[in-house]
Parts: sequence; structure tokens; C-alpha cells
Amino acid sequence: MSETRVEMVDQIMTLPDEQNEADKPARRAPMPSWVITTASVIIFLLLWEFLGKDVNPMFGSYPSAIAVAGWDLARSGQLGSALLESLQPFVIGYLIAVLIGIPLGLVVGRFRVLEAALGIFVTGGYAMPLVALVPLLVPWLGLGFAVKVAVIFLMSVFPIAINTWLGVKVVPKSLIEVGRAFVASDSVILRRIILPATLPYIMAGLRLALGRAVVAMVIAEFFTAISGLGGIIINAANSFDTATMFVPIVLLMVMATALNSLVGYIERKVAPWQTEISARD
Amino acid sequence: MGAVSLVDVSKQFDLHVGAEVHRIQALKRINLSVSDGEIMVLIGPSGCGKTTALRIAMGLERASRGKVIVGGREVEGCDFDRGLVFQHAELLPWLTALQNVMFGLEMKGMRGAELRDTALRYLDLVGLKDSANRRPHQLSGGMKQRVGIARALAIDPKVLMMDEPFGALDAQTRESLQGELLDVQQRTGKTILFVTHDLDEAVLLADRVVVMRKGEIQEIITCDLPRPRGDLAAIRGSAEFAAMRYRIWKALHGAQATTH
Repeated sequence: MSETRVEMVDQIMTLPDEQNEADKPARRAPMPSWVITTASVIIFLLLWEFLGKDVNPMFGSYPSAIAVAGWDLARSGQLGSALLESLQPFVIGYLIAVLIGIPLGLVVGRFRVLEAALGIFVTGGYAMPLVALVPLLVPWLGLGFAVKVAVIFLMSVFPIAINTWLGVKVVPKSLIEVGRAFVASDSVILRRIILPATLPYIMAGLRLALGRAVVAMVIAEFFTAISGLGGIIINAANSFDTATMFVPIVLLMVMATALNSLVGYIERKVAPWQTEISARD
Repeated sequence: MGAVSLVDVSKQFDLHVGAEVHRIQALKRINLSVSDGEIMVLIGPSGCGKTTALRIAMGLERASRGKVIVGGREVEGCDFDRGLVFQHAELLPWLTALQNVMFGLEMKGMRGAELRDTALRYLDLVGLKDSANRRPHQLSGGMKQRVGIARALAIDPKVLMMDEPFGALDAQTRESLQGELLDVQQRTGKTILFVTHDLDEAVLLADRVVVMRKGEIQEIITCDLPRPRGDLAAIRGSAEFAAMRYRIWKALHGAQATTH
């Protein structure tokens, strides 16, 4: 009896994927994604370079001029210290948004009363025209570090909360019933079933919030004490030095892209099953 | 009094179709009692209320009226005296096979080395000790359902509730799991309430078959094929099997014929 069972299990244990790989005829290795991305960026930069050179340098710039301006800024130490100045409120504001946004989204999605009471603020808060409200924050929080953290927090907490909330809403009822069938309490169901099941949505929220946090950072540096990368942008713009103005802009975009990859990396670490389940080509 | 009883259980719910509200009578005053160590199979066409009856017995749904009695006392909600095997296994995808079995045990309060050892023992019982560290997506459908069975058995319930557990599997896997279930039941002596729409499955597994129709019990048929049913292939070929199958088929068919 036990012997036949082992045999049967062995048969089933051969994963469908392994079989397919062996059966498939050899085919040309597909071009790696990073090669395609690099090529795409190079083509974009080349087009920008050639088209941008004909534009009056007050109204536009082009990659080689921006690179030269960037080199000057970096060598003078201005760029590095501005980046450091910007990153501090960015990291703190974003982290607070993560720590508040995820639990907020979880409970709003899970408990009907909280959804009715708080959901409207989350939805409304997401659309809040924060730029208009920054001047109102200043009398309360001053012009320094605190107000920048607050602006970054307010811009990034809502996309995190909304995505988490939506994710909770689409957790299959059957998974929650697994918890109920095994007599799990509400808080255990929330932590051990809903939270992991919602992770892909949370991660999407973290990515969206990243972009908004970068924008918020620059807004804060424009409208409070002028400082950091936003400060470089506004000072360069005021002296019509368009190439220099582009340096922090490009740097911020590169930074946001890198952070986005970092979130993707973390996602693969904390939710490895997700990437394995989701569609591959 | 049996291990689980449904006493005078009715269930109705409102179905909203556009602006209209349809009142659905899913169960009409059902009375059934599963005896200790018995395998009772609920069978019937889709929408006959068999799954609803099981979910009420499990405690996942509340009866509109009537009561559920487990081990002599009226119960409300789920408890460790009943273990559920889901239709599609419903393993938690972020946990390994072993961790999925451990989940129920942890909920029951088990900790430490005992937790791991117990979970492994039940994985071994369903022949999956070697796959303990695989995640659900690395398991075949049949293997997933074995983990589901191990998870439900591990909490040592009085009654195992099974909601069409083999319905989504291919015929061969289904047959081997039916054999293993009988084997496990023989060894553990568990009481089982089993929902299916598969006639052969009902005959092979059941001590009694409850034929349901439109929320009511049409007939309860005692299936007296000898136990233990070790050689399922021989049973399938036997005249008793054919006769019993025909008897239940008639009960089911009669149920349908009267609707015309």
C-alpha cells in the first residue's frame, strides 16, 4: 500500500514546467529587457540632443549641456549637499506614510464601520490640492524640516492607503473562510491572511507614492525655505540657466526610477510566491 | 445522537437581480444526523442546497432557523470539533505545505517542536512528507488537496467536512485520492460529511447517501458495500456497486423527472 503511494506521488511531483522545458524545441534566446530599456533611453537622449540644440538655451536644453552643468554642480559640492538636504525629509516623510498608510488601508478595507467613517477622508485626501495648502501648513510647522516632512507625508500616505484598501477588498472570500474555519480571531485573519494576500496591492501603492513623494519634496522646497534640489531648480530658473535647472530634474527622475526598482526588489524578497505565480511570457 | 446533526434547518436569502429581490429558499427544514465514524455523502444537482447544508454544519453560514448539534451540544460558528476541506484546497499561497498544515494547529494553540512534528506527521499521512517545503503553486492539484486534507485532519476534529474536494481534479488523481481518503478514514475512524455531485464517488465512499433536491432531502440511501473498501477497482466492477449506483441514479433521476 505505502509503496504504491510513493510511486504515485513521484509521478505527480514532476512539475508541468519541467516537462515543457524539455519538450520545447530550442529557440533563440530573447533579448534581455535591460538591453531594450538601455537602447530606448539612448535613442531618446540622441533625439533630444539633436532636436534640442536648435532651441534657444533659455527655453530648453539638451543632454550634453545638462551633463556639463551637472558636472560643474557636482564638482562644486553643491549637488551632493542639496541631494542630502532633500533626501532627509523625503525618507522620513515617506517612511511615516508607509507606517500609517498600510495599517489605515487594512482597517478601512476590513471593517465596515471604519470604511464608512474614514474611507471618505482617504478618497478625498488623495485628491487634495496640496500645493494650495502648503502656505497654510507654514504657520503651524514653520519653514524648516517639519513642514517638508509633513508635505511629503501628506502626498504619499493616501495612495498607499487607497491601494491597500482596494487590495483588502479583493482578497478572495474563501481565504478569509480558511481563517474562520480554523477559528482565527479577526486580528489574526487581518495579520496572517489579509496582509499577505494584499501585499501586491500594497507594493503598487508604495510605487505610486514614491513618485508623489518626489514631487512633494520639490513642492516643499519651492514653497517653504528654499533648499535642496528644489532650491537649485528655482535658483537656476530665476537666473535663466536652463541647463542647470534640468540637472536636479533629471537626477530626481533617475532617483525615483532607482527607488522603484528597490521596491520591486523588496517585493520579490517579501512576496516571492507572487512573482512566481504571476504571468510570465 | 450522532456526531453532527442538523435539526429542522432552513436557510433563505435574498438575491438582488437588478431592482428585483428574489427570495431564495436554499434549505427547507432539513433533518439529518451523521453517526460516529460514518461517511455521509450529500449528493444532488447544482443548487440543491448540499453545499449550503455543509456550510451550515461547518458554521461558516448561519441557519435561518433550526440548529446544528455537534457532539451533543448546540453550536454556533466554527470550532476545532469540525475540520473543513475546501473545494479548491484554498491553501494560503505564501505558506509552504508544512506551514499550511501548521496554520490550523497554531490557531489551536500548539507551539514549538510539537507543532512541527504534528504537522509533519499529517503530511506524511497523506504521502507528502517530501514536499513539505513546497509552496502551493509548486504542487499539483491533487497534492494541494492532500495538504488541505492534512490541514483539516491535523486539528483532530470530531468531524471532517468535505465540500466537493475532488471535483476539480482529473479522473485518475480523483480515484487515487478517494482510495486514500477511505484508507485514512479507516485508520483514524473519522466521521465525514462529504458533498459531491459525482455518483461513483458517492457509492464508493458513502455509508449513507443523502439525495437532495431543491433544498429538501429526497431520500437517504444506506450504501452497504462491505468495509474496508481496499480494492476500489474490484468494487467498481462488482454487481453490488452497479446496483447501488443504479439505485442512487434513480433517486437523482426521479428528482429530475418530476420537474417535467
